[in-house]
Amino acid sequence: MATLFEGFTLCGLVQTQSASDSAIQGIELDGDSDHAVVTDSTRAVTLYKVSDQKPLGSWTVKQGQLLTCPAVFNFQTNEYVVVSDNKVIRVWKEEDLHLDKAFKATVSADVWRVHSAPGGEPVVLFQRGAVRLLDSLLSAPQQPIEDILSEEEKEVIRWSTNIVAEKQHFVLFTTEQKGEHFLYVQRLNPNTLQKYRLEREDSRAPPLSFSASLRDKHINLLYLYPNGCVYQSVVAVQGPVGLEGVQALPRSLRLRLPVGEGELGAASAVALDEAHVAVVGMPHPSARTGKDFLCIWNTNFQTLQADKEMVGRICGQVGILRIVWCYLGKLFVPHGKALSVIPYECQKSSLASALGKLRHPGIAVSKSSVAIPSWNTLLHGDQPQGPTKIVDSRKSVLTVVHLQPFQTGPVEEVRREVEALVSRGDAQDLQLSVGRLACQLVARSQVETAFYAPGALARLVKTQCLCHSMCPDLLLLALEHKDYFLCQLCLQLFPDIPEVVTCACLKTFIGNEVLQTPYSDNLLVPHLKDLNAPQVILFLQYLQFIYLKYSQDVYTQTPVLRSPTMTQIIDWVCLLLDAHFTVLVMAPDAKGLLSNLQSFVKSQVKLFSELGKIEGSLQELHKMKPSKDISQYSIEVIELF
Amino acid sequence: MGEFKVHRVRFFDYMPTAIRAMAFNAHTERLALGRMDGSVEIFNFADHYFQEKVIPGKDSRSIEALCWVGGRLFSAGLNGEITEYDLENLRPKYSLEAYGGPIWTITSNSQGAHLAIGCEDGTVKLFEVLEESIQFERNLDRQKGRIISLSWHPSGTQIAAGMMDMIRVFDAVSMLTTVLLVDRGFGGSKSRETVVWSVVFLSDCTIISGDSAGKVQVWDGHTGTLVKTHLVTKWDVLALSVSKDESSVVVGTSEGTVIQFQFIAPTLQQQQDKEWVRTRTFKNHTHDVRALAEIETAIVSGGMDTQLVVRPLLEKFDERSHASALRKIQFPHRNLVFCAKKAGLLLFQFPGQLELWRLGESDGHGKPGDSLPLKRKPEKLLHLKRKGEDHICCSALSSCGGWLAYSTMSSVRLYRLQTDNNDISITKVPKLPKILRSAHQLCFSSDSSKLFAASSQSSVLVIALSQSECKYVHTLKPKSGSRQPIHLMTNSVDGKWLATANSDCEIHVYNVQKLKLHCIVPVYGSCPSAMGIHPTTNNLTMVHADQQIFEYSIVEKQYTDWSRKLQKQGLHNLWLDRDTPVTHVTFNPKNPEQILLHDMHMFCIIDQSLPLPDQKTQFYNQMTLRSLSEQERPSHLHAFKICKTFQDLLSVSLLDDQSLVMVERPLLAITSQLPAPVRQKKFAT
Repeated sequence: MATLFEGFTLCGLVQTQSASDSAIQGIELDGDSDHAVVTDSTRAVTLYKVSDQKPLGSWTVKQGQLLTCPAVFNFQTNEYVVVSDNKVIRVWKEEDLHLDKAFKATVSADVWRVHSAPGGEPVVLFQRGAVRLLDSLLSAPQQPIEDILSEEEKEVIRWSTNIVAEKQHFVLFTTEQKGEHFLYVQRLNPNTLQKYRLEREDSRAPPLSFSASLRDKHINLLYLYPNGCVYQSVVAVQGPVGLEGVQALPRSLRLRLPVGEGELGAASAVALDEAHVAVVGMPHPSARTGKDFLCIWNTNFQTLQADKEMVGRICGQVGILRIVWCYLGKLFVPHGKALSVIPYECQKSSLASALGKLRHPGIAVSKSSVAIPSWNTLLHGDQPQGPTKIVDSRKSVLTVVHLQPFQTGPVEEVRREVEALVSRGDAQDLQLSVGRLACQLVARSQVETAFYAPGALARLVKTQCLCHSMCPDLLLLALEHKDYFLCQLCLQLFPDIPEVVTCACLKTFIGNEVLQTPYSDNLLVPHLKDLNAPQVILFLQYLQFIYLKYSQDVYTQTPVLRSPTMTQIIDWVCLLLDAHFTVLVMAPDAKGLLSNLQSFVKSQVKLFSELGKIEGSLQELHKMKPSKDISQYSIEVIELF
Repeated sequence: MGEFKVHRVRFFDYMPTAIRAMAFNAHTERLALGRMDGSVEIFNFADHYFQEKVIPGKDSRSIEALCWVGGRLFSAGLNGEITEYDLENLRPKYSLEAYGGPIWTITSNSQGAHLAIGCEDGTVKLFEVLEESIQFERNLDRQKGRIISLSWHPSGTQIAAGMMDMIRVFDAVSMLTTVLLVDRGFGGSKSRETVVWSVVFLSDCTIISGDSAGKVQVWDGHTGTLVKTHLVTKWDVLALSVSKDESSVVVGTSEGTVIQFQFIAPTLQQQQDKEWVRTRTFKNHTHDVRALAEIETAIVSGGMDTQLVVRPLLEKFDERSHASALRKIQFPHRNLVFCAKKAGLLLFQFPGQLELWRLGESDGHGKPGDSLPLKRKPEKLLHLKRKGEDHICCSALSSCGGWLAYSTMSSVRLYRLQTDNNDISITKVPKLPKILRSAHQLCFSSDSSKLFAASSQSSVLVIALSQSECKYVHTLKPKSGSRQPIHLMTNSVDGKWLATANSDCEIHVYNVQKLKLHCIVPVYGSCPSAMGIHPTTNNLTMVHADQQIFEYSIVEKQYTDWSRKLQKQGLHNLWLDRDTPVTHVTFNPKNPEQILLHDMHMFCIIDQSLPLPDQKTQFYNQMTLRSLSEQERPSHLHAFKICKTFQDLLSVSLLDDQSLVMVERPLLAITSQLPAPVRQKKFAT
């Protein structure tokens, strides 16, 4: 699972003339992991202490001059580097007060970016594709700079980055030329340049954002298209040296994001680790359009793992491509009038944590296949289809749902409308409209305290088209209203209830249903710790009670719907003990309970060892099945009916 | 339905011989299988793995390797000869001495223009494939040490040769050779030479070898370097086969395992860095796996334990079905047992001899399930060794027990038998008509007055028999002009009709009295595996390799109403899912409603008077019926009465005294006669 924590505002942003322009050119790290070097779109570079949200220093160029590339930190010399007016490279230290007095050098060609990363020397990428190490460039600033990209053919750089791997240094940049996109991989020392052609998307739209990362000696390039497709391409670090010409860059579709009506205007995807991608600037799959969200998706399971609404438009400019930065567990997102810092955490994902474990094998598996919607299937059918189709399907959903009664009508009318909608919709449409509807009803209940439509919500949950992540407030709302029926329904039918919510339910009531909720151990234990000792003891007693009940009539036990299995009970006992053992040992009223549990364990161990002993004998019995000795010849009588 | 007295016969010591080589023809979907005794079997994989043809073996012939060139089949063996087979007349077309000593391997290039053989004397010999024969072209650079295995590069310009301790790559254009040295085994086996039993040469110039030190090695053929060694067994890696798309290689070992290697990326992230990774292990054999073929959807393997195993690759199937089930072919799909119904005699056909047995007798009666006390034990009356080197390909016993005939590839022999009480005398009929040189099938008319011999081009020779002489009467010829051999032949009890079936799936019915073709049964897409003519109605019942049953009225020249009803309703899925063909159809003269059939695993009486089972009916219902009361039973009856008490069935027949003869050959008895498998350490031994 991935989590987005509560964020904070690092600084306010000045609105630029055009609303779609980003006020931020770049955010870079310097030697201190708590620092961020923010370059705005005009003249200023500001150094922030992130945890204190406080500027430590600010440098500006004179009026009339313009910073044309984000400032970077030279990790080898502890200096900052920035470029103004395309050709002037400025280098200064933190203690320097005025940028004008700092070292500057004018180079002979326009600079696109200066890139720097820990462990490597800064490199300068020129607009025409040439690359120089900063040091060597500054030693002879007026050295001639060759053209890699030809000016006549109008090939221009769209995005660039650098990657430092053990002893190897790469500069990656993408270019656009006549609607085609290319990736250049420039390796330094020895210098080699490899050019790849990106596959063209059907819509011919240019990619919205790129993100590159190094994993397992391969450079992973992640890029997002306006139709919501996130592709990944992999370039080997020890790549094919000496291959001439342009190579095709194979890609694989990692994610297909729901984009709502039309296409994404400005959005950005950045890989957090091998399984998680953070996406900014796209609508939430079940929220109204017009709002921008920061979402973390798991690409392995195609699941939405965490989301956060970003107030105000995400700032970005087509061509700049960069509207989210990700450093050391923090996401930097400029939106509206602020630059927000949002810490996140991605845990190593496993199927168990994505889907939860301990679903009841008999009943739940078939349900879960319905209840876990894959966005791909939901929005595009099984086959990936072009963006036009997406728009169509969204529109058809919208026409089905008449929003009016849900926003204002009384509870009874809402229930009738929901009933009508559910009975009429076909599965695909239903899945989407149900999600939206549930969110709306929940939102309305939260605003109008008098309004609560348990019947309608229960009906929606029963369609099995809902899941927790589609409408996270639903279960909490039910808890708030002490609507245990709805809670139980959700617990039964939602495959993806977060452990924290499961525990919240536990605190309020103990039921069968809670025990059967899917969970993953390591995520549940911390939340279980929130329970207080009396709650734990009560819960354990309850578990002990059902355990005893089961072990007494284990032979007569018929698989009853919604009854937890023996394994589920034992697992919960173990988890509770794990989480609270020290507390329980100290609590005098838990003593009897613990010794009882211990005797269970003892008896179980004994039983298993006895079973083990007779296993061999039983196998022998099986072998001794009387085999008729049949001779070479016999005359027998058989009867057929 | 009733009680039957059953002669349960287990004294037929049928022993299949080990599988030595196989070659799959992807175009015709035919698998050619070579056995240790020099016989070749052709299986039609497009028609339920039916054993379509058998070319009998010969003492002096050995098969080390088989290879298809288009539709032509070649073999080579340790006798030093290359043989091309005549698949229409089921005999070698010609054999050619290669003058290189024993031949270990034969393989054709993908263009089908050349054959390469690997010889004991270290030469690789190239033969040009001509229209009607092959012609020696040249020797490749002669090496010290024998050539055990060969593989052409798909381009046809290079050949990799597996030898002792090394692999050599010959370049046919530059005439250069590259040597790849193969390590020896560890420990004690260090002093023993490593035999490279098998090589494959892939189009990307990767060479994969399997050797006697238990290694599967991957080589880069460009540079001649070893890329990877997989130690897969302590014993030998004997056979290798590569899939058509070169994404998978299977190897067979002495331990009886088949191990699959796939050319895949080891991690999900690095899809372009593919390597050969050991993926799956199949253990379906107890002994050496000597022959392997990876076909489109399955791995086919065979070896010392004599069985042919088809192991479907489950990922190639969308759902579990009949087609995705493991299949073992253990018994031939034709008859080796002949029963004289009147005389109570059994004839067993071996490749080298015939055995004639008299069944025993019992006293009195017993309850179902009882074994009756024997009054007289069964008795072996005759052990007739064949003459010459050629193995017996077919034989026949007349129902009166007075005549016996067999045929090899080169001659037909006919004997007159006389039994009085305990004495038996056998006389060879001296002068057979010249035209009767060999036969694919033999059968006697039910009154023993005629012998029918299936000859070339689906024709049948009719020979009249009498005490004094044996005279050629006529040749019955099909109108279709088919060149395929007849594999089934049966005649009617009234002596009027003779039906033949050939590998083209054609069934001809001849009027024997008028000596002319009566009719052709509409051709069905699957090969008939058994057929019989009803003694009273003269209806021809046919069972096909796909398990379909048809009944055709010879007199009316059309399918019977029962047959139409059966086809309309469809056979029960459990019947269609059986994986061995029906090899015998016979009838009960006392109860004309009954058709008796059997395959390897069951014996079945079809009662045509009873309703046909539909898909919802419990198909195997004998146990249920047994438990029901007399009154309840009739409502549960259906036409298919299946008995699985008898297993590993080679033959079922009904004697005139209404007793059944079930000839079983327990697989365990076959296994126990095999040499001991390689010793494998089991836990705690």
